Amino acid sequence: MNIVVCVKYVPDAQAESRFASDNTTDRAGVDGLLSELDEYAVEEALKIAESSDGKVTVLTVGPENATEAVRKALQMGADEAVHVLDDAIHGSDAPATSLVLAAAVGKLEHDLVITGMASTDGIMSVVPAMLAERLGLPQVTLASEVTVENGTVRIRRDGDTSTEIIESSLPAIVSVTDQINEPRYPSFKGIMAAKKKPLQTWSLADLGVDAGDVGLGAAWTAVDEIAARPPRQAGQVVTDEGDGGNKLVEYLAGAKLV
Amino acid sequence: MSQVLVLVDHVDGSVRKTTTELLTIAARLGEPAAVFIGNGLDNAAGTLAEFGATTVYKVEGEGLEDYLVLPKAEALAAVVAQASPAAVLIPSSVEGKEIAGRLAVKIGAGVITDAVDVQAGDGGPVATQSVFAGGFTVKSRVTTGVPIITVKPNSAAPEAVAGAPASPEVVTVPVTPSDLSKAAKIVERRPKEKSGRPDLSEAAIVVSGGRGTNGDFSPVEALADALGAAVGASRAAVDAGWYPHSNQVGQTGKQVSPQLYVAAGISGAIQHRAGMQTSKTIVAINKDPEAPIFELADFGVVGDLFTVLPQATEAVLKRKG
Repeated sequence: MNIVVCVKYVPDAQAESRFASDNTTDRAGVDGLLSELDEYAVEEALKIAESSDGKVTVLTVGPENATEAVRKALQMGADEAVHVLDDAIHGSDAPATSLVLAAAVGKLEHDLVITGMASTDGIMSVVPAMLAERLGLPQVTLASEVTVENGTVRIRRDGDTSTEIIESSLPAIVSVTDQINEPRYPSFKGIMAAKKKPLQTWSLADLGVDAGDVGLGAAWTAVDEIAARPPRQAGQVVTDEGDGGNKLVEYLAGAKLV
Repeated sequence: MSQVLVLVDHVDGSVRKTTTELLTIAARLGEPAAVFIGNGLDNAAGTLAEFGATTVYKVEGEGLEDYLVLPKAEALAAVVAQASPAAVLIPSSVEGKEIAGRLAVKIGAGVITDAVDVQAGDGGPVATQSVFAGGFTVKSRVTTGVPIITVKPNSAAPEAVAGAPASPEVVTVPVTPSDLSKAAKIVERRPKEKSGRPDLSEAAIVVSGGRGTNGDFSPVEALADALGAAVGASRAAVDAGWYPHSNQVGQTGKQVSPQLYVAAGISGAIQHRAGMQTSKTIVAINKDPEAPIFELADFGVVGDLFTVLPQATEAVLKRKG
């Protein structure tokens, strides 16, 4: 069982996020990390690999410091890593990102491709679907449970109105939610072992992707305007002295909300 | 005038409110046309016409409901090829975004997700998004292909069209799902028990509980029911197993923007703010006067939710007589 996990290096959501002068997310001048939602994908891949004698390859597309994201995954226990690094990729939109990912996945042996439910920066949740489209593979997304047996992947998806059990043949793309598992912390042994694990860096040329098809210039969408939302003005705060609930409702009535 | 396609979100023909919002937005951009996949068009046609759809593309095919998004993306691609629309509007649900993603790659068109507003512009529709936990507002447009935009609930006030025909023109689009689209199949569906409360993503009022409930959501639910509101929960409350994940408000749950958001016993961590910061009015109840949620609140009560909420519930019920 060969498992590829796609991960993203994102700005730390606890810190300040901002835009660069070309209206792209500033990824160079801010603290970054492995997207928290991708840790669940790495954990699930490791669990499946452990029970099936499989191999986990972690894949990222991003700037130089994105290596930190794959390194964290190697420390958690992934076997190998690939970092697609090319200046031409800067500013790529979701379709272009999926193009690069698809080319990279295509070069790797893959029975199962696992992703998180969204990145914590863009939160579009469209790349798994686009990747599936590009690779011509079925997608089973937002799994809160995954089992792999006899060439079939079976997931549970907890929706708003129903819980669904979905089956797909392999190879397939699976995305997992933050409800699926408890990602492990890298152990000291894992951190030491990660230093010796293979980490390859591929360029667009290595993938046979035309640089003109990716990057800000090739994006299918354009950002025209960015405005910082004015901070919400803190309103009135009262301390409950036995009438807090009544005061609350008086406020709501004044605002015509009840 | 070119058509603007709206993918209808419905359950057996019962049209969800987001669809009427999307039709209203579509009317700003061109001639609204609905794409209906599944059963129950007879129930839906009147509503679709009332909110401006002049044409309904009725997609017919075997087993469209039993597979995941791919057959729907294929069907939508077929309608796009037939109608050459000015734009495609899709509800920003989990399924909607995946359909949008596959459609975008299929037809070579740009996609914008989670728009909170869409207006006509010189270079095509201009979509407004709220990004980085609501910290920034971004206006963008699709520059390649037929613009595909997924729109969040409550992004427009649905407007019925005066003098609209009672029923729209129905164009049947036969599709055959590809073999690939049948590879992922729903083998079992267990419906969840209905809470009887409004849908969290669409509700005009949301009352949420967090760590401060200590697992007892009854005062939160009681106030929600008095207000006719949906119930939400913080990630801390969901992780503790106190409330279902489908009710989680925040970065990894639902992003809501109701008229009124009541946060009870929620500190207001960035993960939660990302899901509710764009609410019109925010009210907070928390024991800790230093809780960051008070920085966002239009009105705050420093106090114990177990005394404040029941009193508020009683006051609401009294007002409603």
